[in-house]
Amino acid sequence: MKRQNLLLLLAALAIAILPLFIIRPPAGDAAEIFTGADGQAETVITGLRPDYKPWFAPLWEPPSGEIESLLFGLQAAIGAGLIGYCLGFYRGRSNPQ
Amino acid sequence: MHIMEGYLPAAHAIGWTAAAAPFLAYGVKKLARQMREHPESRLLLGASTGFVFVLSSLKLPSVTGSCSHPTGIGFGTTLFGPGIMFVAGFVVLLFQALLLAHGGLTTLGANTFSMAIVGGLVAWGVFRAATVLRLSSGAAVFLAAMLSDLATYVVTSLQLALAFPDPAGGFTAAAAKFLSIFAFTQLPLAVIEGLLSVLVMNLLRAHAAPQLAALIAPADPADPNS
Repeated sequence: MKRQNLLLLLAALAIAILPLFIIRPPAGDAAEIFTGADGQAETVITGLRPDYKPWFAPLWEPPSGEIESLLFGLQAAIGAGLIGYCLGFYRGRSNPQ
Repeated sequence: MHIMEGYLPAAHAIGWTAAAAPFLAYGVKKLARQMREHPESRLLLGASTGFVFVLSSLKLPSVTGSCSHPTGIGFGTTLFGPGIMFVAGFVVLLFQALLLAHGGLTTLGANTFSMAIVGGLVAWGVFRAATVLRLSSGAAVFLAAMLSDLATYVVTSLQLALAFPDPAGGFTAAAAKFLSIFAFTQLPLAVIEGLLSVLVMNLLRAHAAPQLAALIAPADPADPNS
């Protein structure tokens, strides 16, 4: 099981990391790569309906990219904390020292 | 897969909210019953929700040169069945709409529908089918998580195509455009979600096998108490 878990983790990491080496920005183009798919969908919407204006704005937006990454980090930390607590609890209970 | 705030015409926003509401109400009822009748399962409920929090915060690079994130809904669905993860997905989407300006309140119904509801139902259907076909439990979890993730992005593409049909090609042409952004980007990410779901399930099986067995047993349709 340990071996399988290691392979699962390595495979997941490989699939995530490989695109960083395979994909190159188009030559002579300063366009950013690895932008969000959500943003690309917005561009398509603008192409399909140039007159469309979003009719509602977010109540609050993170004031900077830094704050946004803080909150994304918080989201991941909450999730990882919950999983870690649960696994740690059961692990501790299944092999009491 | 977040449809951004204000990016669905009002009628669509209301329609998807109305479509999601009964599923969510069912989920809340299931969740309340689970907490009441099986309070010992709260820890696994927390871990399943935590999985959605982590996975939907990971914006991963894909071979299409853009980034997107997995959803994490499939994993908890294989433990708790459909319903409870509708609520978990909604909570995560609400967090992101309010604090990150990802998604939005007007698009919350549509996003909940694609990620939590369709994602959960597909995960459950695939998991049950894989169990009936006697696939290994690892394969069942992998397929459920992967296909649930992909289904979410397909539904998002269709939702956008319904709202923004192509002036020349109509719904089909618009769907092709949105699918080319979302679905292809998502393919490798869905595989990652499948692999990570199996990994967490393996860890739980190693240390919490009795708790998992207690959860999965009452979801058996042959059990009159389920």
